[in-house]
Amino acid sequence: MTNVLTQPRPIRLKGRSFLALALTPELPFEDWLVRLDDLASRSTGFFMRRPVVLDITGMEIDRSQLHGLVEQLRTRNVRIMGIEGARPSLLDANLPPAMTDGRPTSDIEAPPNEDTKAGAVEAVAPQAPQPAKAPSSLVVTQPVRSGQSLIFTEGDVTIVGSVASGAEVIAGGSIHIYGTLRGRAMAGTMGNASARIFCRKLEAELVAIDGYYKTAEDLGSDLRGKPVQFWLEDDTFKFGSLA
Amino acid sequence: MGKVIVVTSGKGGVGKTTSSAALGAALAQNGDKVVVVDFDVGLRNLDLIMGAERRVVYDLVNVIQGEAKLTQALIRDKRLESLYLLPASQTRDKDNLTEEGVEKVIRALKHAFDWVICDSPAGIERGATLAMRHADVAIVVTNPEVSSVRDSDRIIGLLDSKTLRAENGERMEKHLLLTRYDPARAERGDMLKVDDVLEILSIPLLGIIPESMDVLRASNLGTPVTLADDRSAPSIAYFEAARRLNGEDLPVTIPGEKRGFFGKFFGRKAA
Repeated sequence: MTNVLTQPRPIRLKGRSFLALALTPELPFEDWLVRLDDLASRSTGFFMRRPVVLDITGMEIDRSQLHGLVEQLRTRNVRIMGIEGARPSLLDANLPPAMTDGRPTSDIEAPPNEDTKAGAVEAVAPQAPQPAKAPSSLVVTQPVRSGQSLIFTEGDVTIVGSVASGAEVIAGGSIHIYGTLRGRAMAGTMGNASARIFCRKLEAELVAIDGYYKTAEDLGSDLRGKPVQFWLEDDTFKFGSLA
Repeated sequence: MGKVIVVTSGKGGVGKTTSSAALGAALAQNGDKVVVVDFDVGLRNLDLIMGAERRVVYDLVNVIQGEAKLTQALIRDKRLESLYLLPASQTRDKDNLTEEGVEKVIRALKHAFDWVICDSPAGIERGATLAMRHADVAIVVTNPEVSSVRDSDRIIGLLDSKTLRAENGERMEKHLLLTRYDPARAERGDMLKVDDVLEILSIPLLGIIPESMDVLRASNLGTPVTLADDRSAPSIAYFEAARRLNGEDLPVTIPGEKRGFFGKFFGRKAA
């Protein structure tokens, strides 16, 4: 029996970033695990229910060592959701997936050693991430060239110029293009359904808002070469001429 | 101190080597000292186009690896005494080019020549990135068709990010050289129009070289087209491009757009 997809509803895919603990092991692992056990004994459940990423950047280990380490951590109730800085050859299907582009936030402090700080123990709550106050819009005055990927998840992107075929612009907010959009534009990628895409001349390969997308083929030829805007209305893609 | 020019394109077969040789010969005819450097290690062609293939002893890789001195590897043109060629190696591969080695060679050439023209290999890998790395000026060779234009756009992006000039926050001068332009096909709409290419790439136009049998003939003879016949259409276009490189403000004429009285009567010249 063949499954016939009757409902042409698209699968939604979104990019989203989360805060995770990055654990950086040191060689030899035996010694490091002893220190980890020491930490765990002072604060049971420090790693429990927390997403943990293993950062092995620059570490000279083989696959069996990595398997061993992940297994050792699992027995200590530390579940690894991803591995950062691993050579692709090091990872296989039985290991957590590779993670890239991690950005540091404020350090999460390990619980204090109770032996030395008897009495005055203050619970050190992991600090909420406090990103440096970044501007919430980005203005680009140069054309975005083929092969370039402009990613700005903090807010709106304004481009005074064109976006070439094979280039992509990804924004957390709306995208404004005062030129021709020939490549891809993805707005509202952090879950902002009210984001819009504006361009002065539409030749786009793909446009997406909040995970919904349309390819050039879906867009038809009526709007080609015209000034156009795109928005979402009740989860459906709308577009109209700006002229 | 000379100027370092990279002739690049991303896509292969668009006329980088032909243009490097033609512009080199055109600049040298002004009396400027010019060296054309072949960066296409493993697939060298410049020596053939410049008719020096039987005089190659040492090459760029020999110089970089310290097996030969720069003066030993440079080949002087037999027709123009201020034109030189630094050939690429045909037997080694691109991994033999090191960043420090290339920098040393370019620095030495810059001191000795007015123009250092680096003929880049196709692609965006090591050979191409090293050829553009130390350039002051880039000539982006493009054919009026979509794949060539998109590859050129990619290369312009790399010129603005991967070159020393870009990394130092300086401006990288970029020029578009539109080659193999066929007025007849452009008129029929089989080719991208000049305006469309300029709109997409948005860099200044250095010249338009018409598609011509003269170019192919000159290449097969091992003579840069600007040396073979200085009255042919592509030759005139290259000479004008060389003058623009020198800072002259010459208007660019689009081949076929100013077909005069005779053209209308006698029809098109067979390409």
